[in-house]
Amino acid sequence: MDMQTVLGLDYPTLWFLVVGGLFSGYAILDGFDFGAGAWHLFFKKEENRRIAMNAVGPVWDGNEVWLVIGGGALFAGFPILYASLFSAMYLPFILFLMFIIFRAISIEFRGKEPMKWWRRMWDILYSISSIMLAFLLGVVLGNVLQGIDIGNNFEYEGGPFFSFLGPYPLLTGITTLSLFMTHGAIYLLMKTEGRMYEKLKDLVRRGIIFFIISFVITSIYTLIYLPHLSDRFKENPVLFILPLLTFLSLANIPRLVSKKKYQYAFLFSSLTMSFALMMVAVELYPTLLISTISPEFNITIYNAASSEKSLGIMLTIAAIGAPLVLAYTAFVYYTFKGKVQIDETSY
Amino acid sequence: MDVEILARIQFAFTVAFHYIYPPLSIGLGLLMVIFEGLYLRTGDKDFETLARFWTRIFALTFGIGVATGIVMEFEFGTNWATYSRYVGDVFGSALAAEGIFAFALESGFLGILLFGWNRVKPWVHFVATVGVFLGSMFSAVWIVVANSWQQTPAGFHIMGEGVNARAEITDFWAMVFNPSSVERLSHVWLGAFLAGAFLVLSVHAYYLLKGRFIEISKKAFQITLVVATVFSVGQLLTGHASADGVAINQPAKLAAMEGHFDANAPADLYIFGWVDQEKEETQGIAIPGGLSFLLEYDTEHSVTGLKAFPRDERPTQVNAVFQFYHLMVAIGVFLIGLTLVGCFMWIRGKLFNSKWLLTIFAFSVILPQIANQVGWFSAEMGRQPWVVYGLLRTSDALSKAVTANQVLFSLILFFIIYAVLLALFLYLLNKKIKHGPYDEKSIEDRPLQKEIAGLISN
Ligand code: HDD
Ligand code: HEM
Ligand code: HEM
Repeated sequence: MDMQTVLGLDYPTLWFLVVGGLFSGYAILDGFDFGAGAWHLFFKKEENRRIAMNAVGPVWDGNEVWLVIGGGALFAGFPILYASLFSAMYLPFILFLMFIIFRAISIEFRGKEPMKWWRRMWDILYSISSIMLAFLLGVVLGNVLQGIDIGNNFEYEGGPFFSFLGPYPLLTGITTLSLFMTHGAIYLLMKTEGRMYEKLKDLVRRGIIFFIISFVITSIYTLIYLPHLSDRFKENPVLFILPLLTFLSLANIPRLVSKKKYQYAFLFSSLTMSFALMMVAVELYPTLLISTISPEFNITIYNAASSEKSLGIMLTIAAIGAPLVLAYTAFVYYTFKGKVQIDETSY
Repeated sequence: MDVEILARIQFAFTVAFHYIYPPLSIGLGLLMVIFEGLYLRTGDKDFETLARFWTRIFALTFGIGVATGIVMEFEFGTNWATYSRYVGDVFGSALAAEGIFAFALESGFLGILLFGWNRVKPWVHFVATVGVFLGSMFSAVWIVVANSWQQTPAGFHIMGEGVNARAEITDFWAMVFNPSSVERLSHVWLGAFLAGAFLVLSVHAYYLLKGRFIEISKKAFQITLVVATVFSVGQLLTGHASADGVAINQPAKLAAMEGHFDANAPADLYIFGWVDQEKEETQGIAIPGGLSFLLEYDTEHSVTGLKAFPRDERPTQVNAVFQFYHLMVAIGVFLIGLTLVGCFMWIRGKLFNSKWLLTIFAFSVILPQIANQVGWFSAEMGRQPWVVYGLLRTSDALSKAVTANQVLFSLILFFIIYAVLLALFLYLLNKKIKHGPYDEKSIEDRPLQKEIAGLISN
């Protein structure tokens, strides 16, 4: 069958890029607010906790829309992957949804009552759910990289409850958490001053160390136990540029932090994530989900994709929708520029 | 219990819970637009106060709507994997459009709506309010289109066989404008407007009864009463259009809604009744030939009954479909009566002296909520045993990989979380209502200016 192409890329590949872009966007955006939440209990004073939570207050909802669009794009573009992955990873996804709810309501409800116990309760819930969300995303990523027991008809044949928690997913979970925490600390650094700011400088440093340690361990584990993931790099050494870039942009962060260029530091932690995800994409493409039972059951962008017709329609929707989204995001951004008055409507 | 029952209960429970909030957001959105628009036109501060007050309540419903909606989006994949593979090609584009056109619009303008009152020009704020309102109306469009497609599929063909069969889209616009989309969408929209309008009516009736915030509540009540009257009557029309559609496209469902068994005979219209599915008969008080009349304006016209369908193609819970449907219609008729009486008293200048009437309005907030829920229940249970009408059976639509224990576990989990969520919602809603429409200057929860200044620009 002849495939239609745009710029030399067939539709499934294009849609792979769209979904990949959406999920990187999601990781960067919700990454900083999960990361900020993960540090929450490190701030001891009520005042500081309030500032930290308000730093993500007005943006978290917009960030989660990326998850919604990403999920929709996955369902739309690769329904088979959507169906198999989500039913295979049943427990982690249900837990993920539960923590999403907890986090949302902690932000909403914390400030609504003045009692100490009330606020403490939401603080703890907020922090735990932020940590777990970051961790679970990493765990799912680990399972995808490692492959899962996909059998005939794309049905999952593995264990129902805790088989998703192998050593490798644990490692990727922790690595993701550490990356998000670094990212979140830098975000908070941009938003604070005084004592809290001094404290955050220290936290960023700890975050980076935490990330480097877990990243190195995970990489070594990958090289030893999951050699299939580095094949692509060995075949095509040019691709080594990606791990190199990941590392360089990471190494740049402490330098920028000490120069107080937080916007740039934030940019580079976002780049670190994008490069890391690009590595994942390169390792997998055109496979989406590796079957540990037999390669013939692998789910690829070709056997999982929607029809060309459907993909074409959705590319049109995306082409019309993306400029609209950008236009009103720019409008909102423009409106909020400049000096802001605090008033009774603030969080 | 087996996976199928558990998964159905779980889906029904989580979506029904989600559906408490979006109708409120959509309906309140409409009233916020009206109040703020009136403020811009007349410069009357009271309308600004109302717009701000209802925006604060909107924020509460919106937040929970978002959190519970995300669950729905992923539940298709976790619990209904076979269904997701089957419909993904068709459905996906509707969901993707929903994210891009609706949710992004909504959440994009939400920041200005909630935090922008004093920071942007009034008309810019109004644009944001309209943006959020339109966004929430669009959310309803795509999801109802998707659901209507599974009620009355169109614009597709089937590829593959057996477990690998899937629907592939052939005509996007035929899919979007499938035979039931337009009627059902208008019915759902009006149902949402009613949910919002009756909340506003209820709260202001309560203030009037308590003698608080009298002047502002009178204004709010009158305007909202107009909205509620128009849409209550409109709901009968869109509902009737839906019923006509169901008669053509899903005759087994219509037969279940009316408890009509005889394969081919004139059908009565029950005011209320009880269906005995075993004995295949319905008992109750009926207008002879009423249903026939409504469909064809002829009491002798014959209507296809349940006996015309093999047993395994009839809805499984006929009595439930019947009762839910009748409850909805009864509520619809009651709301029309109530709003008309309200208008009548208003014209006679007695509206605000009639304690009894205001008391009924104060309690009526629950009625559109119930009607919205049971409306969906009858539409969805009437579609059984099909998940995609006539094409895919619910029992075939499950995730093969998922076990009963998993579903039971998540069902219990959601049940506990949602119970807590509902309690918190009601508690905070009550608190905001008790507090009244005016801002309190004393809330000590003010973030520092610099933080806000920085974070909005992200
Ligand atoms: C786009 C899809 C979609 C939309 C918008 C809705 N549903 Fe639905 N519903 C389904 C897609 C679906 C489904 C996935 O197709 C289910 C699961 C099992 C089934 O037979 O259909 C279902 C089942 C289902 C059932 C169980 C029926 C049974 O098992 O007998 C109920 C009670 C509802 N839904 C109620 C609702 C409510 C209150 C909604 C309003 C928000 C709603 N549905 C919107
Ligand atoms: C199974 C069906 C449904 C799914 C999968 C679903 C999905 C979602 C998702 C993912 C969100 C969060 C969006 C965000 O992050 O901003 C959401 C919110 C929302 N949904 Fe649903 N939804 C369903 C049913 C419905 C129905 C039937 C309606 C309308 C009549 C509706 C209207 C809305 C609205 C207006 C919101 C914004 C939040 C609010 O206003 O409370 N949804 N939904
Ligand atoms: C006044 C008389 C009413 C009539 C004759 C009527 C008729 C109908 C019919 C025939 C359906 C099934 C459509 C289908 O299965 O495709 C339906 C569904 C529904 N009704 Fe009503 N209805 C009425 C009042 C109301 C009211 C007052 C509300 C809410 C405030 C409401 C909310 C709903 C909802 C949410 C659904 C499910 C969505 C849908 O299928 O359209 N209805 N109604």
